[in-house]
Amino acid sequence: MHHEIQALARARWRIAIALSIAVFVLYFGFIFAVAFAKETIAQQVIPGVSLGIILGALVIVGAWLSTWIYVSWANRHFDERLSALTKGEQK
Amino acid sequence: MNSAPQVPATSLGEPNATAIAFFFVFIAATLAITWWAARKTKTTEEYFAAGRSISGRQNGFALAGDYMSAASFLGIAGLVSQSGFDGLIYSTGWLVGWPVVLFLIAEPLRNLGKYTFADVVSFRLKQTPVRVSAAIGTLAVVTFYLIAQMVGAGNLIALMFGLTYETAVVIVGIVMLAYVLFGGMIATTWVQIVKAVLLLGGAALLTFLTLAQFNFSPAELFSKAAETYGTAVLAPGKQVANPWDAISLGLALMFGTAGLPHILMRFYTVPDAKAARQSVFWATGLIGSFYLMTFILGFGAMVIVGQEAITAVDKGGNMAAPLLAEALGGTSLLGFIAAVAFATILAVVAGLTLSGAAALSHDLWVSVYRKGDAPREEQLRVARMATIALGIVAILLGILFKGQNVAFMVGLAFAVAASGNFPALVLSIFWRNFTTGGAVASIIVGTAASLLLIAASPTIMVDLLGAEAAWFPLKNPALVTIPLGFAAGILVSLLAPEKSAQDAYDAKERRMIMGAD
Repeated sequence: MHHEIQALARARWRIAIALSIAVFVLYFGFIFAVAFAKETIAQQVIPGVSLGIILGALVIVGAWLSTWIYVSWANRHFDERLSALTKGEQK
Repeated sequence: MNSAPQVPATSLGEPNATAIAFFFVFIAATLAITWWAARKTKTTEEYFAAGRSISGRQNGFALAGDYMSAASFLGIAGLVSQSGFDGLIYSTGWLVGWPVVLFLIAEPLRNLGKYTFADVVSFRLKQTPVRVSAAIGTLAVVTFYLIAQMVGAGNLIALMFGLTYETAVVIVGIVMLAYVLFGGMIATTWVQIVKAVLLLGGAALLTFLTLAQFNFSPAELFSKAAETYGTAVLAPGKQVANPWDAISLGLALMFGTAGLPHILMRFYTVPDAKAARQSVFWATGLIGSFYLMTFILGFGAMVIVGQEAITAVDKGGNMAAPLLAEALGGTSLLGFIAAVAFATILAVVAGLTLSGAAALSHDLWVSVYRKGDAPREEQLRVARMATIALGIVAILLGILFKGQNVAFMVGLAFAVAASGNFPALVLSIFWRNFTTGGAVASIIVGTAASLLLIAASPTIMVDLLGAEAAWFPLKNPALVTIPLGFAAGILVSLLAPEKSAQDAYDAKERRMIMGAD
């Protein structure tokens, strides 16, 4: 029984770590770009909107998307395996 | 209202009928909520966890209300109005902590604990040493955060309503105490939800009115700003003058959110891990859209009100959003925004006080002093006494730190949360070989190192004490102290293994996945 719980814990752990790394790279990629590539960041993609503004908005939207990805994975796959586990135990 | 923007003609700080009316409506409504909540609050579970009856979406709004402070609304809008793009760098940092909370903390926390994050860290470890250290970590974060909020409250409310600083601090303290003391977590939750709706609604209205003047095109607004103040407002500036400062602060913000006691406590108010997970999704979306709107508002204030007019009222630029409201909608909109800022402060302070009270009563009194065996009436009585004590402390701290520059206190709170609380929490959840000694070492080393390095930082030594140079170069120590917190926890655990804790990990893992039932 316990190895199934462990397998489920590991599956969650893998997704959690992968998404954490993705958000980490997204955010610190932005910070590094802002800190070390100031000229590129200052370029205006369309008049008034610099690359930095677009990237910053993308970090905010991307962070929110990452929570959406996790929640939809968990609602679908995690909860399904969990309820199968719970049912199996009750038998 | 489109007249010459450089004239600082404002009724800010004068008694404003709309502001006072909105203020009294808000107070009356929230006290009615408190009265209703008080009748439902009979046990500690209701007092600290709202009877686990809050839905995922409601908790998402409450989390947003707990997290979005007046400092982030007024401060970030002000920062954007003065330095443009730099404000966005700051905002992104305040948001990226939330995915970390979701991926690593929210669900295990909900399944393993009752009221505090110490429940999770002390699971399978020795209660007394872990609870005492976690309470130190909690109270340190709560105190620094409270100081920042109370001083901010005193300044802002004095400025907006024309009250004296001390009156403002006492009013905030007493109203907040009424919510928390009588209505506990149920009242606090609903005050936070109402505040989140008001703040987001107010920000959305201001954003709409601002963009309406620029053909609903942010690009046109930014272009206008660049025309007046130069293209520098669209580019990185002072905020990243020292990249290592920006990176260290970024680490504190990213991992600190997952160690803030008042945020973590909110996950106990929902019925299960699924609702905990959904609440972070809602909170992240709400807070993210709030920061995007704040960015527009900052630029709107820069163009419509004008940088000089903003700094003429408040040197820090904190009044950018209220001044923009006045320029767009006259004194009635100013009054509404001022009342919203007030509500914002109350909701955050209430959440902080409740989490501090939980550490004092649940961790220290019930679990350590009473060894987990205290009658229910006594638990609730001690919880309320701890709340009163913290409310008084909050008022006193607010008055004590009058006139001090306390902006660094929030950074300090995040540094302690990221370096003291977060490593212990993560290691206890995910690492079988974590020990009691490791938990204590991690929390104490992370907290103490944050305090020492902030004391030796340029913020304190140069800006506050006037020294020529600081002993430690970074303004925020997280770059050093987060690794230190992890290293202390790992090393001590490896040096002195704890067999009973390792054996109990399977049970912990099971409960982490399956829940308590």
